[in-house]
Amino acid sequence: MGGGLIMIVFDRVNKYYGDFHVLKDINLTIKKGEVVVVIGPSGSGKSTLLRCINRLETISEGSLSINGLNVADKKTDINKLRRNIGMVFQHFHLYPHKTVLENIMLAPKKVLGQSVEEAKKIALKYLDKVGIGDKANSFPSQLSGGQQQRVAIARGLAMGPEIMLFDEPTSALDPEMIGEVLDVMKALAHEGMTMVVVTHEMGFAREVADRIVFMDEGRVLEEASPAEFYANPREERARLFLSRILNH
Amino acid sequence: MLDFSILTENLDMYLLGFKNTIMSSLIALVASLILGVLIAIMRIAPIKPLNWLGTAYVEFIRNIPLLIITFFFFLGLKLSGLYAGTLALTIYTSSFIAEAIRAGILSVPKGQMEAARSSGLTYGQAMRLVILPQAVKIVIPPLGNQFINLVKNSSILAVVAGLDLMYHGDLISSRTFVVFDVYIFVAAFYLILTIPLSFGVGYLEKRLAKSN
Repeated sequence: MGGGLIMIVFDRVNKYYGDFHVLKDINLTIKKGEVVVVIGPSGSGKSTLLRCINRLETISEGSLSINGLNVADKKTDINKLRRNIGMVFQHFHLYPHKTVLENIMLAPKKVLGQSVEEAKKIALKYLDKVGIGDKANSFPSQLSGGQQQRVAIARGLAMGPEIMLFDEPTSALDPEMIGEVLDVMKALAHEGMTMVVVTHEMGFAREVADRIVFMDEGRVLEEASPAEFYANPREERARLFLSRILNH
Repeated sequence: MLDFSILTENLDMYLLGFKNTIMSSLIALVASLILGVLIAIMRIAPIKPLNWLGTAYVEFIRNIPLLIITFFFFLGLKLSGLYAGTLALTIYTSSFIAEAIRAGILSVPKGQMEAARSSGLTYGQAMRLVILPQAVKIVIPPLGNQFINLVKNSSILAVVAGLDLMYHGDLISSRTFVVFDVYIFVAAFYLILTIPLSFGVGYLEKRLAKSN
């Protein structure tokens, strides 16, 4: 991923919740087409870091830019920025009162101004892509967790984003369903999507990530390729974390 | 035994009062619903001054007796009893409706708003297309309670000569010197309004539950 365009830049970013210092001097650069997997113990600030990228959380200090646009700037049109960044949540957050198709079509219709036919065509395309074209007219409550998460991915993709954010996308799933969601994510990564993924799936990280970012207590402690990171983590904390999650 | 001649001989007065009670309740119901939604959104919108204004309205209005609000319009602003009572009823009920709707909106999981906003929808779009349709279902039962209270509270009009059902009941009672029977029939007329309302709300609740 050497010569890719720079897409996301964290420059000495700090964030506080009152007295609690959640993110500490974060410096991180993510290039177009890169797959960055963020790992670390719970409470280390991984999700907060991810949520800053589309301003679900605001930063307190430093600067954060996406494609050269300053995310924290009041003048930045946040809705326009968000069109370009898909987000997948741990608990899916599908709209329960809408069908699968309506879930996917809502933002393309309302935000991008697509016609119903156009939005439907695109929605069905992505539903096929995530392997559940036959569920278009079901309600989310009629789907399994894995299917719901795949719909959520299709919902994000239908906006045609340049960046996809994944916030522990498999943590709320039955073990049997994790594979189907990871497969969709792997396919996406191979197509060159820029992805930032917070996860505990070490297999996925090892296989797909271009880079692993290890966080603890609000800091990025280590950044390395998966091969380097797993073979020989530099930080003692990372070593401990790995030994705990790999040997259980 | 009930003396039904009280009812038959004063039927025109009962019906006139009944009609006015229906009219006053209906107007207050629609107006307080609109006002209540607006106040609820003011309290929740991400704009601080609006939050304060909405909170001040709710806390001020719901914590004073309906009677005093009615007096304010009747004695203070010199409106007719029917107008003063209906206006007071609207304002009083809207504060409770605002609270019910606010609670409904807040009970929709936070992730719904986040998912909607992160797809590029504006706050208003997310509210209208994602949050409110889900909140409606939750709000129907408490809203039904408020509407039933509203119909019963409309009897406040009697105190300011508002020409409603209760007022006419008072009138009939003072003319016939009968107390018990007269008010039994008044109560029956209120039940004609409130029982269907109660069942209507129950029906809506069931239908909406099914749609999910």
